[in-house]
Amino acid sequence: MNGPGRIGRDETATLRFTFDGRSLCARPGDTLAAALLANGVGLVARSFKYHRPRGIMAAGVEEPNALVTVGEGGRTEPNTRATDVFVYEGMVARSQNRWPSLAFDLGAVNALAAPVLAAGFYYKTFFGPPARWMVYEKLIRRAAGLGKPPTLADPDRHQHRAAFCDVLVVGGGPAGLAAADDAARGGARVILVEQDRALGGCALRGDGEMPTSDAALRAAGVRILTRTTASGVWDHGFVTLAERLVEPGEAPPPGQPAQRLWHVRAERIVLATGAIERPVTFAGNDRPGVMLSQAVRTYIRRFDVLPGRRVVIATNNDDAYRTAEAVAAAGGEVVAILDSRPDFTEVARAAKERFRVHTNAFPHSTKGRSGRLRSIGADIWTERHSFDADLLAMSGGFTPVVHLHSQAGGKLDWRADIQAFVPGASAQAITSVGGAAGEVAPIGTNAVHLPHPKHSFVDFQNDVTAADIDLAWQEGYRSVEHLKRYTTLGMATDQGKTSNMAALARLASVAGVDIPQAGLTTFRAPFTPLALGALAGPDGGGHAAPRRRLALHDRHAALAPVWQPLGYWDRPRAYPAAGESLNDAAIREARAVRTSAGIIDVSTLAKFAVSGPDAAALLEMVCATGVAKLGVGRGRYTFMLRDDGMVMDDGTVWRLDETRWLLTSSTGGADRMEAHLSYVHRVLAPHLRVSVVAQQEHFAGIALAGPLAPTILAGLTGQAPPAHMGLAEASIAAVRVLILAASYSGERAFEIYAPGAIAGPVWDALDRATCAQGGCPYGLEALEFLRIEKGHVVIGAEADGRTTPHDLGLGRMLRKAGGYVGAQALGRPALSAPDRLQLVGLETAEASLPEGAMLVARAGAPVEGHVTSAAQRVLGQGGIALGLLAGGRARLGDRLIAASPTRGRHVAVTVTQPLFYDPEGERYRD
Amino acid sequence: MMRIDCPHCGPRAQSEFGYERTLDSIVTLDMPADEAMARLYARANPRGLDDELWRHGLGCRQWIVLRRHRVTHEIVGVAAFDPAILS
Ligand SMILES: [Zn+2]
Repeated sequence: MNGPGRIGRDETATLRFTFDGRSLCARPGDTLAAALLANGVGLVARSFKYHRPRGIMAAGVEEPNALVTVGEGGRTEPNTRATDVFVYEGMVARSQNRWPSLAFDLGAVNALAAPVLAAGFYYKTFFGPPARWMVYEKLIRRAAGLGKPPTLADPDRHQHRAAFCDVLVVGGGPAGLAAADDAARGGARVILVEQDRALGGCALRGDGEMPTSDAALRAAGVRILTRTTASGVWDHGFVTLAERLVEPGEAPPPGQPAQRLWHVRAERIVLATGAIERPVTFAGNDRPGVMLSQAVRTYIRRFDVLPGRRVVIATNNDDAYRTAEAVAAAGGEVVAILDSRPDFTEVARAAKERFRVHTNAFPHSTKGRSGRLRSIGADIWTERHSFDADLLAMSGGFTPVVHLHSQAGGKLDWRADIQAFVPGASAQAITSVGGAAGEVAPIGTNAVHLPHPKHSFVDFQNDVTAADIDLAWQEGYRSVEHLKRYTTLGMATDQGKTSNMAALARLASVAGVDIPQAGLTTFRAPFTPLALGALAGPDGGGHAAPRRRLALHDRHAALAPVWQPLGYWDRPRAYPAAGESLNDAAIREARAVRTSAGIIDVSTLAKFAVSGPDAAALLEMVCATGVAKLGVGRGRYTFMLRDDGMVMDDGTVWRLDETRWLLTSSTGGADRMEAHLSYVHRVLAPHLRVSVVAQQEHFAGIALAGPLAPTILAGLTGQAPPAHMGLAEASIAAVRVLILAASYSGERAFEIYAPGAIAGPVWDALDRATCAQGGCPYGLEALEFLRIEKGHVVIGAEADGRTTPHDLGLGRMLRKAGGYVGAQALGRPALSAPDRLQLVGLETAEASLPEGAMLVARAGAPVEGHVTSAAQRVLGQGGIALGLLAGGRARLGDRLIAASPTRGRHVAVTVTQPLFYDPEGERYRD
Repeated sequence: MMRIDCPHCGPRAQSEFGYERTLDSIVTLDMPADEAMARLYARANPRGLDDELWRHGLGCRQWIVLRRHRVTHEIVGVAAFDPAILS
């Protein structure tokens, strides 16, 4: 028998699964990789760029080659490492990046084109003539790649959970178990996480003993999370853990989540994350049948799988000799041990009694067919040798897993004897133990022999060869960060777990420097790929940003409006009649406001009760307009600036009595305004005797607007309505209300406020009375038409955070004496430059003009401004808009083009005053 | 995510807090314009420890001052904001 297979009879292989449609059996506890090898499957994948045949190289999460797609429909998980998924009944696995089949892949011709796709191919193509990219793009998109993402929604739930502990131990091998045991005995609250399904780590392949057991640790109070990966270590002991409750593609039990993302705050962290074995670099080292030495031991001892019958071992250390023993014990033949070190170590000398051991021996090439390894060429001292073998177990040394230590800001120290970085000074309360701390076999450091760098892979997953690194160096890439981006080295889904040290060593040798001088790229979370669903957790769909309900929501819902999200709320955009379009409905509603009356829910406006003897003083600091001189029972429009003089928000301010004020501001800016009021009061003016209470949602607000509004209001309240910018208290439908006579629409208008919980009858009364006069409720779209006609600015559209009061035509309202936030900045010369973007009106004979369009003098001319809000005239014909235009106030009458290439529209416009209706304001004054 | 030891509430997750600005960029309203603009646009911005104004917005809502390392995020001191430092 030849090739991989199960050791002994396989009576316990009871789980059925499929790989590329072929039905196979696995033992419970098998990884997919173990099961494939047990079934004699060596060819598992095609490589990313050259479509080279690839098999299984590792036994853990570092696997670069054996990426498969697992699961079906919405549970499809592409790029799953076959070594990091446990077989379950009915599992469906497929190979990736091949067409038409894994064994016969047309893309493998890429391998012939390898010189074209060498390091820097993307850079050279991008920076070449555009036509070149156009040619290559389609080819590359089809040929290079990994698995395809699922197209259906994920049917499963993902959970988030928080936890706290004194000690978090990452890694359930002997070192981690000992650390958890110690900490628990000392009385600490301990969490132990292990990414594998079983505790044991290297003990699972027969290296070392478990110092304690799962049961003993649990009895000592340790919370053990298996199948859980410490995915990132962040600031101040904050660690994210990704727990798999089911395997990739597996359906969870009803009601159970598929994955759980833990947010753990740990006082101390112990990293027992072990070390990852490095491949040996030689030509054809990527062929199926070339595996890591420790992985071979794992398959033999943990899974009863012998990955090959005739085995050559290539090593630069003593650890690989254990693999020779494991192979022999399992009935395999150890053909030769190729030890790159010139002298026999004690271990090598002992092994010489049983095996053919060669020193100063380097593999230089492999031969094979149909995804099977046939023979290995080696240089031993000065002679060439060839060995018939179906498995090469390689060990190029061990790289401590310092990822989490480094993510947390820890320093790294270089250890020449293991040719690897080990944890140095920690930035947080983090200790590394065991293999992660550098307790690994030392390696020979004699010069590496590499006759065929072009076919010697360094980064297997991204198909980067030693020659690619040489080329990058020749082309002038000196920094390892540049090298990484130029060659794509270490940028695959495995983040170069097996490849980074080999690449650094190659770079250092080309550069003629030591590895520490060559530098190191940054370790980033997540340690292994993390599902987006796990990151989102329960915060998906409607829970991503929970919506708040208007107090009057049910009243609107009864009218079946078109809803529009605004801030935290959904508000009616318009109330179309059956068969009526949104735009027609909005125009009908707006015309009702202009000709009779309309009502609109304005409950979401921010409201602040400001009271106390110094209330006026605080408001004068926050508001850039005059405030303190307002008489009791009066209000006015106001706006607030940032320190840099830009308009932050606007609203109205009302004096309810001598020391009680009400400030309103925009819906979306409510949180910011709350914080700003607190900042001005508590930080800038703590001596002020004033209290500020945010009342945004406490009061529902209904605006009643239109020429008939005073009549309607008088009918409902039985009293004369307040004058423009006056206020009154009254009763509507037996509910006490506050009436503010402010107009946003340009018509006579009143904002009527009542506590949200009892505002329903007020809406009902207003609705009945308004409809009886031929009016109707109106939505945000009509409101927008009305305010654009009146030239009122909106925070976020015209006041976009870069506009001063002068830019918006509000300069004359500024308080001359200053003393408000932003006053000092307004004196900066740049803020009164004549070519600043200024608010203008724009009009066109066309029915509408595109929002966001650029304003240009003619096609191809420089952009001079843009359209901020567009509408159609409510009563007249044609389109109108507000816009920001360079030096706009001096350009009335100019003819420009509003150009929107994205909408394919170019509309001729004329610059006007930003006021299209009732310029004297006669309609809303008394 | 950092952990901030609120002087009023104890240790809490950073997500409960809002960063406002460094203390040296607070602009008081009686400050001459030159000084105000220097505070906004010519701050020291050290690569190291700095004093920052934060607010425990989803907790006690008080203003606090963190002495924090702007590279390592190490917090070496937290105190309630004392307006006296502005005068
Ligand atoms: Zn607090």
